[in-house]
Amino acid sequence: MATTATRKSFGQVLLELGGKDENIVVLDADLSKSTMSKMFADKYPGRFFEMGISEANMIGVGSGLALAGKKPFICSFACFVTGRYDTIRISVAYSEAPVRIVGTHAGIGIGEDGNSQMGLEDLGLMRGLPHMTVIQPADDIETRQAVTWMAENDVPSYIRLTRQNVKDVNGPDYTFKIGKAVELVPGSDITIMATGGPVYHAVDAAGLLKKQGISAGVVNIHTIKPIDVEAINKYAKLTGHVITVEDHNTIGGLGSAVAEVLAESGAGKLNRHGLKDAFGESGTYQDLYKKYRLDAEGIVSVVKEIFDK
Amino acid sequence: MAQCYDIEYLRELARQSRIDVIKMLEAAKSGHPGGSLSEIEILVALYGHVMKHDNDNINMKDRDRFVLSKGHGIPGLYAVMANLDYWPREDLLSLRTVNSRFQGHPDRVRLPGLEASTGSLGQGLSIAIGYALASKLDNDAYRVYCVIGDGESQEGQIWEAALSAPKFKLDNLVCILDYNKGQIDGFVKDVMPLEPIADKWKAFGWHVIKVDGHDIDELIRAFEEAASIKGKPTFILADTVKGKGVSFMEGLIDWHGVAPNKEEAEQALKELGA
Ligand SMILES: Cc1ncc(C[n+]2csc(CCOP(=O)(O)OP(=O)(O)O)c2C)c(N)n1
Repeated sequence: MATTATRKSFGQVLLELGGKDENIVVLDADLSKSTMSKMFADKYPGRFFEMGISEANMIGVGSGLALAGKKPFICSFACFVTGRYDTIRISVAYSEAPVRIVGTHAGIGIGEDGNSQMGLEDLGLMRGLPHMTVIQPADDIETRQAVTWMAENDVPSYIRLTRQNVKDVNGPDYTFKIGKAVELVPGSDITIMATGGPVYHAVDAAGLLKKQGISAGVVNIHTIKPIDVEAINKYAKLTGHVITVEDHNTIGGLGSAVAEVLAESGAGKLNRHGLKDAFGESGTYQDLYKKYRLDAEGIVSVVKEIFDK
Repeated sequence: MAQCYDIEYLRELARQSRIDVIKMLEAAKSGHPGGSLSEIEILVALYGHVMKHDNDNINMKDRDRFVLSKGHGIPGLYAVMANLDYWPREDLLSLRTVNSRFQGHPDRVRLPGLEASTGSLGQGLSIAIGYALASKLDNDAYRVYCVIGDGESQEGQIWEAALSAPKFKLDNLVCILDYNKGQIDGFVKDVMPLEPIADKWKAFGWHVIKVDGHDIDELIRAFEEAASIKGKPTFILADTVKGKGVSFMEGLIDWHGVAPNKEEAEQALKELGA
């Protein structure tokens, strides 16, 4: 099965979209080789603006471009771009300026650079802004379609992408529908709701759990906002128990979004798995996913703890 | 009054620190050689002579404070401090591995001895101003030093800090620019031009000194001059070479954030006389 970093899928599809729509402009803050916006920059230098290490200015300039009718994609690491929160809050969300915000290097999956370069609170930040659509794709095809959706929809949006390679979880005839969760594995004992980099690990975990007699379903939540209330309630009722899995702080991210839905509906029990009110650290991607139990074995152990209780 | 120092000892400290940087990055298989090598003499001048500090008493109350605002250059500081017996040199090889004190970017909680957690560019100079204000409140108890990068100088917060230090007359603060002319997407002059740098800082109210950032004597003289200036902070524009000391890295953007492999490290270590 193919693997790719979702930031790479982004760079490739942005290049394609740039050829179809002259209104697309791209801004980066000295990370174009890492966010992969460089592919667009090399082909369309006239529509690429290198802003230097000045994320706040990049967001504001993106807002002006959007208000003037352009379709700006502004790119940096998730932590740095969403770190300029009030600028996004006022110049983008409150202004309803259709800026497409791209945050790569999601979570501990980035590895060795450590906490200061890891986006670990960004979903919570972006989710809390009115008018903001928040997307986190799980694989190549989903990323391509999500980015295309962003280009085609004149609304403020945020997409969160991985540095590390992820395995495909969707087939070649997959269709991305904004706001609609995707069932990847059917299950009857518990539903794993995952997003982003850990999704394929969740699929692998379901396979391992099956061998141990636990029927775990896997649902991919690629749109964090608007969250798929209907699907969350449906799967919670079906299996009675849900566990969210994400490479993000459990406060603010998918875990919180699902908790809000289930607290209001009472449709089922919930456990949240991810970084538990913690910062990240340095290490290889593999070592960190092991330590923080986001790889398949880790997810299995977390699920089994729920059943052992 | 200038204190005497042993320039040969300081040069040796710089050479040994460069060797440790290369070994660390090779072991970690990742990290930032360019900006770690360009800053070495600045760190050696400070930690090897200028600053008041004690490796046996890292919490010494009136120690001078140092903030590495360009946090990705931390291997350079880990190395210089190891050579001054803050921690065993062998421990440096755990750089960037799970549970290591030697994180990819400075972590003051995991590694006591560091004065600030940085790595998100643009924040360190403001923290240094906070230390300098506190020092003033405590009757000028210590001096404060902060190294920033030229790419980093594109951050708005740097200029907010630049505006505020002269207002508070922080003559106990020195900001050193590691002017190595490179960042990630290219040369600073192409990514987002900064010149005329000295004029900008002068206009903001700083005492500005230009030095060769690889000349330890010149650096020390500049720090002494800074200490004699009253009523305003000092900005030292240190002209440096990215990747200094390793011929095939010098001046090349591509060595910003890539570790040397085994062969490259061997070559680098040979050049450094390891
Ligand atoms: C706020 C922020 N944006 C982006 C980055 C990613 N980044 C790390 S190093 C670097 C380039 C730094 O260039 P410079 O300050 O000149 O450092 P040096 O050349 O001395 O290594 C960038 C953009 C970051 N660490 N922080």
